[in-house]
Amino acid sequence: MSPRRRRLPWFAGLVLAALVVAAVFAPYLAPHSPTEGDLIKKSIPPIWMEGGNPEHPLGTDRFGRDVLSRIIWGSRISLVVSLVAIGVAGTLGTLLGLVSGYRGGRTDAVLMRLTDIGLSLPTILIAVVMVAVSEPSFRNVVLVIALLLWPRFARQVRGETLAIKEHDFVALAVVAGRSSAWIIRRHIFPNVVPTLLVISTLQVGYVILLEGTLSFLGVGVPPPNPAWGLMIADGRGFLATAWWMSLFPGLAMLLTVLAVNLMGDWLRDHLDPRLRQVGPQVELLGPAVTQPESTPARGIAAASGEP
Amino acid sequence: MASYLVGRAFQTVLSMLVVVSIVFVLTRLSGNPIYLLLDVNATQRDQEILTRHLGLDKPLPVQYGIYVMNVAVGDFGNSIISRRPVTEHIWERLPATVELGFVAMFLSVLIGVPLGMYSAVRRGGVLDTAARVFAVLGQSMPTFWLGLMLILFFGVVLGVLPAGGRGGLLHLVLPAFTLGYFTSAAILRLTRSAMLEVLGSDYIKFARLKGLHEQVVLWKHGLRNALLPVVTFAVLLFVQFLGGAVVTETVFAWPGLGRLILESITTRDYPVVQAGVLVLSALYLTGNLCVDLLYSYLNPRIRHVSS
Repeated sequence: MSPRRRRLPWFAGLVLAALVVAAVFAPYLAPHSPTEGDLIKKSIPPIWMEGGNPEHPLGTDRFGRDVLSRIIWGSRISLVVSLVAIGVAGTLGTLLGLVSGYRGGRTDAVLMRLTDIGLSLPTILIAVVMVAVSEPSFRNVVLVIALLLWPRFARQVRGETLAIKEHDFVALAVVAGRSSAWIIRRHIFPNVVPTLLVISTLQVGYVILLEGTLSFLGVGVPPPNPAWGLMIADGRGFLATAWWMSLFPGLAMLLTVLAVNLMGDWLRDHLDPRLRQVGPQVELLGPAVTQPESTPARGIAAASGEP
Repeated sequence: MASYLVGRAFQTVLSMLVVVSIVFVLTRLSGNPIYLLLDVNATQRDQEILTRHLGLDKPLPVQYGIYVMNVAVGDFGNSIISRRPVTEHIWERLPATVELGFVAMFLSVLIGVPLGMYSAVRRGGVLDTAARVFAVLGQSMPTFWLGLMLILFFGVVLGVLPAGGRGGLLHLVLPAFTLGYFTSAAILRLTRSAMLEVLGSDYIKFARLKGLHEQVVLWKHGLRNALLPVVTFAVLLFVQFLGGAVVTETVFAWPGLGRLILESITTRDYPVVQAGVLVLSALYLTGNLCVDLLYSYLNPRIRHVSS
């Protein structure tokens, strides 16, 4: 295991800051409307190419919509989808993980079986069929992703809970007659928070890629929304004549996910030394696999061929 | 070992059952299938006959039981569009998917093993760093975008490789690389760490002490011992490729199972969608099972953790 640099990854921080600013201030930053285009100005190349127009630095798409403006608005979709999906999945997973780890016994056995099954499902396939059958919509995409994401939280939080439970302060609280709910709330949960923060960050990239994939396949965020995956799909048929339609949104996605992943790694090293033993190898096998006890295969499966 | 084996196999069956149930519930949610089958001016009587014929008049648990039994024996019904048995469609498309997965696996070994070996020998060198970048990018790059950019560069700009469709060997290069990119990175890391471990062993030191040529030490004594887990692992990865084929097949217009699923979503041919998802999921879960078992065989520690 190579020693990691402990410095804050400034590049990642910068990209993320830019992303958040873009998402929050999209209406003020974007020079044009993300959904309305001028057909007269369709397929204008980026500014540095012949025929480029300074009004559209990254060119326009086949409906004359400004690519830059769409990317800026698209950051909002990526951000909101990942925040909401991770919020829902994180809450559900944390609750189940806490209960499972603290109660132990049969509750634990049943919940962890469920978690194992959840982790073993072929994510993309299930997501595709779920969204397709239930009409692609913003809400459905978020729900499906959350549904596929909670086991990752549950598994990790349960492991943490098991470790924290062994501490004396928990035993003392039990002796003092505190209820299980009180102990979980006051003693266990606060100790799980750093780990939660790390897993959540490590999942953001995964969620953005998953949403992008679904949108690209036409079973995600519905058009004419400026989702990055949709934009890439839009440009698919025009690679030869208007490559900028697909290139730039993909670049935005790559940069974002890269930045989030680097930030997640850094956070993990800083906040949660215990997770570090997972090491680069397992992390490589699957960005999502942060649990030390998982078999590596599942991580590969979750990632290979998928985003 | 035996109890681990049985437990893991049992879990795979459970997972499959969950997938089947999800698909069943979704199809029932998506509305009454008879409206998809009958045209608008069908009479009340037609509807009743069809309902009875399809068993839709029976109570839901019974329908579910029948559905599971049918799936278990491989009976998926008929396609709504072509009226042919769904299994025929599946069998038509399966070879293309298998072919692509097979070549992708081969390519990832071809890229991953030499690079990984080189990274291990020249640890910390330029190529080791480059390999690390390659691996980190693999985690952050949307597969579909990578595919499109490869098409843009090799198909459109250079014009040396076909952009899509199934044909000769050349048609396979881009989709196989796209599908195998992530895995090559995984294999690279695996080879690297296996090789590092082997190179630190006593028999390598002894071989060097004996005065053997460094190349002989590396290739004959080193690689041979490091390669076994890598290759076995790579062969099993092949099955998992099948699960992630949807995206790559769509990008490259590859006439495989994944694309069949998406096409059928567009035409609302739900029996085909269901069967495709179930077949791919089954392959994927079986592949995972094999990889896990192989790992527990190679690494006895996993067995203890799981029991």
